[in-house]
Amino acid sequence: MVRLGPVTGFFASVDEVSARLAESGYLASNAVATTVFLADRLGKPLLVEGPAGVGKTELAKAVAAVTGARLVRLQCYEGVDESRALYEWNHAKQLLRITAGRDETWEETRTDIFGEEFLLARPLLTAIRGEEPTVLLIDEIDKADVEMEGLLLEVLGDFQVTVPELGTITAARRPFAVLTSNATRELSEALRRRCLFLHLDFPDEHLERRIVATKVPGIEEALVAALVRVIAQLRAMDLRKVPSVAETIDWARTLLALGAGNLSETLVRDSLGVILKHQEDVLKASEKLELDGT
Amino acid sequence: MSLSERLAGFVRALREHGIPAGPGETVDAAAALEVLGLADRERVRAGLAASLLRGQGQRAVFDATFDLYFPLGVGAPERERDTHDDLDALRDRAADALVAGDDTTLAQVAAAAVNGFGRYGSEDAGGWSAHQTLEVVQPQTLLVRVLAAMRADTGRDAFTERLDRDEIRRRIERFREHVRSAARRRAAEVRGREYLARFAVSSTVDQVDFLSADRAQLAELRRAVRPLARKLATRLAARRRRAARGQIDLRRTLRRSLSTGGVPMRPAYRRRRPARPEIVLLCDLSGSVAGFAHFTMLLVQALADEFSRVRVFAFVDSTDEVTRLVAHGAADPAGLGARILAEARVTTWYGHSDYGNALAEFTERYGDAVGPRTSVLILGDARTNGGDPNLAAVRQLADQARRVFWLNPERIALWSTGDSAAHAYAAVVAMHECRNARQLADLVARILPI
Repeated sequence: MVRLGPVTGFFASVDEVSARLAESGYLASNAVATTVFLADRLGKPLLVEGPAGVGKTELAKAVAAVTGARLVRLQCYEGVDESRALYEWNHAKQLLRITAGRDETWEETRTDIFGEEFLLARPLLTAIRGEEPTVLLIDEIDKADVEMEGLLLEVLGDFQVTVPELGTITAARRPFAVLTSNATRELSEALRRRCLFLHLDFPDEHLERRIVATKVPGIEEALVAALVRVIAQLRAMDLRKVPSVAETIDWARTLLALGAGNLSETLVRDSLGVILKHQEDVLKASEKLELDGT
Repeated sequence: MSLSERLAGFVRALREHGIPAGPGETVDAAAALEVLGLADRERVRAGLAASLLRGQGQRAVFDATFDLYFPLGVGAPERERDTHDDLDALRDRAADALVAGDDTTLAQVAAAAVNGFGRYGSEDAGGWSAHQTLEVVQPQTLLVRVLAAMRADTGRDAFTERLDRDEIRRRIERFREHVRSAARRRAAEVRGREYLARFAVSSTVDQVDFLSADRAQLAELRRAVRPLARKLATRLAARRRRAARGQIDLRRTLRRSLSTGGVPMRPAYRRRRPARPEIVLLCDLSGSVAGFAHFTMLLVQALADEFSRVRVFAFVDSTDEVTRLVAHGAADPAGLGARILAEARVTTWYGHSDYGNALAEFTERYGDAVGPRTSVLILGDARTNGGDPNLAAVRQLADQARRVFWLNPERIALWSTGDSAAHAYAAVVAMHECRNARQLADLVARILPI
């Protein structure tokens, strides 16, 4: 038996993952369900990579929703640092404390102002310290600077945070960690090694039909099949920005609102702007789909 | 062979193809197998991928190797053990599977096809060939039939009929993939899977040699241009930010300090405006080097924002400017090569590369394109066909330009063999080996200004 570290233990089997995620409205493919189950069982963070709009963030939210766990989210951006991600000392409060206790010796004050009371926990520390089940979502890690990754190594490797004045805080209960990335830059090997890797791609046609049917109730099955096929065709083209799942759903909503029963040439031409965001893409798609010129 | 041995062999095979899976990953993979069990093959695949892979670029190698080490079955498919379909019956089955578009059925038919028509040689010395199978079965000729069958199916949306053709082509391509994979598996049973994993699985696309890439790989490379350019641009932006830190701007710091009573609370840093260099690309477009040149042209074009000016010149035995064609090439990268050959004057009558003449023509006609702010990239294998290498022209370029780099798609070991004048050129300008997309990306990142 392979020795397993402390694990989150949300799920008992892969089938349970699929079933429970589906209940919350997130339809996971077999690969996604398997990887989520593994991340849960092996107690390793999950690194989700893939194009924009395939539901990377949604996955973390869905896991939190079905397990009733608290979702702690760290949104990364250029220049996010320790004091935004990990913890910060509450300087103002420390100053007040020093002025309030004028008669104390310096030794007493010093030990006191670096106590838990003056520590402002940011997302990473919050997730580590929490007693209840937690899903830690580190969103768009590729937007953060490389230095940030170094910071994450301790958190994700051992699920602990070291505060020099306090010592090391180890997770009482391991959070289920999900990192998402759009792959705008290469993440470091060290970070990747600590995670399970999942590439989330566009769903296959069958799954996408089910997703649309779930998200846009009341739409006709034949229309869904047709529009999913058009989307698949668009994705196979070499476009600047291929339509994501979110755009498929938007399109389905638009068509439903227009009261369309089936796809027609005019309808596609008029609503192409919903799914394609660049003019050159629209032109190229019109040509490939043999839409007549406007 | 025990499971752990099989896993270790699998990881070894992955490493040979440049997937850096270490012992830590292997232990994770073993833990994943322990948790998942072996009952569901696709789950095993997903679990191993999650623990061993570090990027989607490695996926194709992983899948091909996985099929060898964790095969779907052994020997002939169960259904085909006793009966053999003749060609017509098999083509019927393939057509039905293509109409249905069901991947599992397609894989079964592919296995049957390899079993029926892929065998060559004698019982003990032969093997299994995907190429031979596809030559016999000819799946591409099923297109019309499948199309008719799909159209006959009533109750379908009229608009989407126009998509059928492309969709069937994709399904046929899937079928071919299945045939290749089935043939690899059968061959592995004859020759041992280590052998097959080493030679029959192609490496990740950024490690494919430009000179030996086939059409599909070149197409895949073209698709990789834009993500690669985006990655290089982000890397560059990060480098610039770091370079901008550190230097105090004394004048602005003093000015700022006035608002805090003369105490410099917030130091102001000196901001350097990076000079955007001009770049000139001079590409050999003859024969096999062309694929490399096209890829580099597209990459530099995608990075055009990083340069103040990009000019592209192409030559075979005569030089012409193709900047405009490459700029348009962004919309239709596949047709770039054909368009350049049709619209630009890069060949006269001779049709073999002539570095001497091409370089002379470049310095003569476009000499003013190269100035002290220009970085020149020369792309070519330096094979002069025995002609004059015209070192004087290259020396002149090196004097005029800020920097000159020569990117050679050949292995260093092959430089200056035969008619190659590589080392002669390398003595004048910096020559770099640039065999695959990964090396090219590293080189371009170094060349880009901070």
